[in-house]
Amino acid sequence: MSHSRIPIACLDGAVKRYGRLTALDGAELQLRHGELLALLGPNGAGKTTAIGLLLGLIRADAGSVELFGQDPQRIEARRRIGVMLQNAELPPTLRVGELLRLTASYYPSPRTLRESAELAGVADLLRRPYAKLSGGQQRRVQFALALCGRPGLLFLDEPTVGMDIEARQQLWATIRRLVAEGCSVLLTTHYLEEAEALADRVCVMSRGRMIHQGTVDELRARVALKRVRCRSTLPADAVRRWPEVSEVRRENERLHIGTAEAEAVVRRLLDADPQLGELEVQRAGLAEAFTELTRDAAEASGTDQREAA
Amino acid sequence: MQTVPSVVAPASAIGMPRRRVFGAYLEEARSECLRYLRAPGFMLPIMLFPAMFYLLFGVLMAKSNGADAARYLLASYGVFGVMSPGLFGFGVSLALERDGGLLTFKRALPMPPGAYLLGKMLMAMVAAGVVIVLLLALSLSLGGVTLAPVQAGALLLAGMLGVLPFCALGMFVGTLIKGQGAPGMLNLVYLPMSFLSGLWIPLPMLPEFLQRIAPAWPSYHLDQLALAAVGMNRGALLVHVLVLAGFAAGFALLAARRLRRHG
Repeated sequence: MSHSRIPIACLDGAVKRYGRLTALDGAELQLRHGELLALLGPNGAGKTTAIGLLLGLIRADAGSVELFGQDPQRIEARRRIGVMLQNAELPPTLRVGELLRLTASYYPSPRTLRESAELAGVADLLRRPYAKLSGGQQRRVQFALALCGRPGLLFLDEPTVGMDIEARQQLWATIRRLVAEGCSVLLTTHYLEEAEALADRVCVMSRGRMIHQGTVDELRARVALKRVRCRSTLPADAVRRWPEVSEVRRENERLHIGTAEAEAVVRRLLDADPQLGELEVQRAGLAEAFTELTRDAAEASGTDQREAA
Repeated sequence: MQTVPSVVAPASAIGMPRRRVFGAYLEEARSECLRYLRAPGFMLPIMLFPAMFYLLFGVLMAKSNGADAARYLLASYGVFGVMSPGLFGFGVSLALERDGGLLTFKRALPMPPGAYLLGKMLMAMVAAGVVIVLLLALSLSLGGVTLAPVQAGALLLAGMLGVLPFCALGMFVGTLIKGQGAPGMLNLVYLPMSFLSGLWIPLPMLPEFLQRIAPAWPSYHLDQLALAAVGMNRGALLVHVLVLAGFAAGFALLAARRLRRHG
């Protein structure tokens, strides 16, 4: 589509300071039509501040912030978004149906109550007071509130915290369905498998900056290490002397090998041990890539500080 | 539920018809009223304290002083009862919702401007109306007070509009203090102010110094209006109305400024 290049949410050199603390230090972010972007980063990296700017809750000290090409503090821009925040205590005595009805009233052409409730899996809870729901049920109600306005862009801040596996899978399925219908999503999450399962692109933040943006595969590819596991009688010390191998560990009858050249190592393993079995090769997961990235960033900024001193 | 054609809204035309914007204000006010009328922890103290005090001092102990005492105390306990939905309904709920993230959530949503505060205001007016009706029922049935319908109506009106300056004061305190600290702080305002305005013990029975500073308290001015409503104050009323309006506007402005700056 032609308009898929136009960003619908955008941070451009955004700076936000709280007193002497710089929460955002020139953040860059572009969310395109119909994509799901996961915003990752350790605590204190500036994710919440970035979201707060895009929702118009706070103002940037420098740089520009746009939502559908407008200032997010304009209500017209926010009529096109749905929001699920990490912690919002909703009125305890209101029933789920009443909460949905209220939130839908803010939007120009919302979904019907039934449609929102069914999408979020809360159709059986409509008459229950919010306070009587379990934590996971409350999260699903908040998800229903986020999608009830038929938004073009969904902000989901840690949406599956407190949900059991089944509810999480169901929420993922709904998110995929909404994205397939052309809804864009900005997701923040601590669960890397969630980003891995859902995201088209990942943006990793550290210390108020974006240190990596790209697809999940691109992020994984930044970590060359792959893991080879097998049942073998080869001594670990011998394997460790192979030039392609960077680390070896033995756990009972299994060898755990870390290497950048898995194919060469596997070929040598099979030659050296004809009895070898249960061979597995895995590339690094998002979690490992993420850890490495943020550690690199932390070390780099540590070096900067030493040089400056 | 309104029936809206379920098609994806075209990206260009996102106007909101005025009727739907108005509907959003109504929904907000309706939800705000519902949630508090359903919360016994909120409604019971608001209704029981003035009713209990009135029964005790206005009905049982005032028997010897005749219907005039019951009539006088109907006005002053009415004012006492009206202050609390304003101070607590507005102030405490704002303080709690700033703390619990609900206000942040609402600010992120496309809620029409002011709907949140307007909803709380209407809720406080409804609660104030309930308190006045309750006291009216007690005074007419048990207190031996006789009121013309227009007097009862005037008292109800004074109560429902008179809650607004206390909403503004509650809102201001709610922007100063977050969370659980607000109720205590508001009681420090509510109880001394009620006493000093002669709501518990009639002003003429208080020390002269306290009588002289009474016009500093908004509750004193509302009490003068309530007394006029039940036919016990023949003085000029406009000055009291103006003081209350100025008081409400002043605190509302202060609170709005703090909310804009600090959220």
